Amino acid sequence: MIKLIIGTEAMFFLALIMAFVYFSFSADFRSHQLLSLDIKSTSIFSILLFSSSFTFWRAEACYQKGNVKYLRGWLLLTILLGGIFLFGQGREYLSLLNNHVTISSSIFGTSFFTLTGFHGLHVFAGLIVISIVTGLAFLGDYDKPGSSVIGAVGIYWHFVDIVWLFVFIIVYVVPHF
Amino acid sequence: MKAINLPEPEKPIPNLSVSNNQGLLQWISSVDHKQIGIMYLWLSVLFLVAAGCEILLVRIQLAVPNNHFLNPEVYNQLFTMHGTTMIFFVAMPAIFGFNTYLVPLMIGANDMAYPRLNAFSFWMTFFGGLLLYFSFLAGGAPDAGWFNYAPLNQYNYSSSPGVDYYCSGLLIAGIGTVTASANFVVTILKYRVNSMSLKQMPLFVWMILINSFLILAAFPSLNAALVMLLFDRQLHAHFFSVQGGGSAILWQHLFWLFGHPEVYIVILPAFGIFSEVFPVYSRKPIFGYTFIIASGMAIALLAFGVWIHHMFATGLGNTVNSFFAASSMLIGIPTGVKIFNWLATMHGGAIRFKVSMMFAIAFLIEFTIGGLTGISFTLVPIDWQLTDTYYVVAHLHFVFIGGTLFGLFSGLFYWFPKMSGRMLDEKLSKWFFWLFVLGFNTTFLVQHALGAMGMARRVYTYPDLPGWGILNLISTIGGFMMAIATGLLVFIIITALKTGEKATRDPWDANTLEWTTSSPPGLKNFDFVIPVKSTRPFRDLKRPDDADWKKTDNNG
Repeated sequence: MIKLIIGTEAMFFLALIMAFVYFSFSADFRSHQLLSLDIKSTSIFSILLFSSSFTFWRAEACYQKGNVKYLRGWLLLTILLGGIFLFGQGREYLSLLNNHVTISSSIFGTSFFTLTGFHGLHVFAGLIVISIVTGLAFLGDYDKPGSSVIGAVGIYWHFVDIVWLFVFIIVYVVPHF
Repeated sequence: MKAINLPEPEKPIPNLSVSNNQGLLQWISSVDHKQIGIMYLWLSVLFLVAAGCEILLVRIQLAVPNNHFLNPEVYNQLFTMHGTTMIFFVAMPAIFGFNTYLVPLMIGANDMAYPRLNAFSFWMTFFGGLLLYFSFLAGGAPDAGWFNYAPLNQYNYSSSPGVDYYCSGLLIAGIGTVTASANFVVTILKYRVNSMSLKQMPLFVWMILINSFLILAAFPSLNAALVMLLFDRQLHAHFFSVQGGGSAILWQHLFWLFGHPEVYIVILPAFGIFSEVFPVYSRKPIFGYTFIIASGMAIALLAFGVWIHHMFATGLGNTVNSFFAASSMLIGIPTGVKIFNWLATMHGGAIRFKVSMMFAIAFLIEFTIGGLTGISFTLVPIDWQLTDTYYVVAHLHFVFIGGTLFGLFSGLFYWFPKMSGRMLDEKLSKWFFWLFVLGFNTTFLVQHALGAMGMARRVYTYPDLPGWGILNLISTIGGFMMAIATGLLVFIIITALKTGEKATRDPWDANTLEWTTSSPPGLKNFDFVIPVKSTRPFRDLKRPDDADWKKTDNNG
């Protein structure tokens, strides 16, 4: 089931990414992109998001070994890292809005905020789900191995990270070449 | 078979002042796939009546030249709502109704894999439809056509909130569609009765499986486009506004990347229904079981490679046009394969002309006409000449009505006894058949000529050119014949439900598992499921000496 959802979500992001790429060929798009985006700070926040995939993977491994204590710890760390990423995105949005780059200011703003905004929304949804899982882990729902919940959430979380890998490369890295 | 817990409450909710054993509350709270299936079907009938009334008003307006029965604004809203409703809230719910009702029964399961998700999918479709129709009260229905091209969908051109309701309504219904499809895939792959291998699945179930993947891949493209359009209109983004640096053609790409697979999404289940109906009423196994599956897969894959043929007139260049012309011709081949499969199934069979079978045979003729006019569009110069004329209208109605709707009717007359436990009046049903088929051809055959004569679609009135008036009048008369026929159908169904003859569990001497249970099936579909050793398990049981699995060489 979760794989089917990932498949259909992947098509959704593909449509958004294609729209972004399509518009990136229009005039002024690239100069807007280079001027508005700060690749350095976003790189740092991106690395934090990618490492949250690692921490979730560790959480899954601990769960399979039956190590509930470590499971809880890794889950908390995952939430923290995802939260920091969202904070970074909020900071970036705020500075862009202060510089009058908005969804209606230019075609760059339109496609940038839509693409990264939908990704951020998925991160946010993932954080809610992981928080619920963490809560359940503290309540003792995962004391015994055998539940497929953590594995399913993991697939979603890794998917969200992989999408960010593509978004990061296309939105932040490509204009520098 | 896996044990399936039905989350259906056995007892009424405590301290509730109304009884939920029967009546409306029981339907609303239901997670039973049979009830949800029936609700899908009634939803489809409800919107069929709405969209039918809309198009009758349009046909009255077009009956004579220079008519002023409707003003242009209302006219635009009516044809837009007609198209949008018919595709998303008539064809899709009807298909999903059959899927939801029949898939678990045909694979020997007691319910869908996710019964609550199933109810969620239905109610999303329901509220999506209501939201779309709320636009009439909110200041104007959408008026940019069912494919809602930019820049007409932009605020400057359509300042009523109609298009916003179009986006939100379809988005909500679209989410329901996607979740339902994921549910079908899991149900079909995981909840088949143990003895049924993939190659013994009924062809209807096969088509639903292929179709569900098609939906999962195609709908995100529409949803993305709708979100972008909503941003354009509500947040002043610039996706499709050319003045703001956006692109009008991007909408067409995204829409048709969904839209072309969509036409296969509504026809593949009909193909599945015919693949059940032809063998039963011809008393023969289906000819080329594997070929039907393989051609279904080929259609699903090719469906994503032909969308540009809706855009030949946008000037994308000869290379692009030639590529998509070729791919569009290619997709005709697997469809043709299926037609010959069904013809060969009938060949030499002992055919019973029940209404269901009559719709299936009528489909072979009408759908072939629609298919051939479709092929004519793959020739780019012909497309340039005929695009946006009534020839297109005629083509799409021949495939949607002659294909999808005839499939749904065929399925309705075939499965109605199972669903309701009552028989439909065969004599009145034959009247309905002839009236509908005659009305359909009267309406749309002449539109080929109108299109070739150059009458543009979507114009609210037309000058009195030679031939135009009389052909349009014929078309309008045909439309009313279909409306009367539909009224007759509703009458036939309601009288059958009230006073119809009781149906046995297997009135057609059919082949598949759904006929082994009572008519209508109880809340729990099966206490036990008969062994499945071929594609026709029920027939094997009824005729053990002639069972399919005993034959070394069967056509199935």
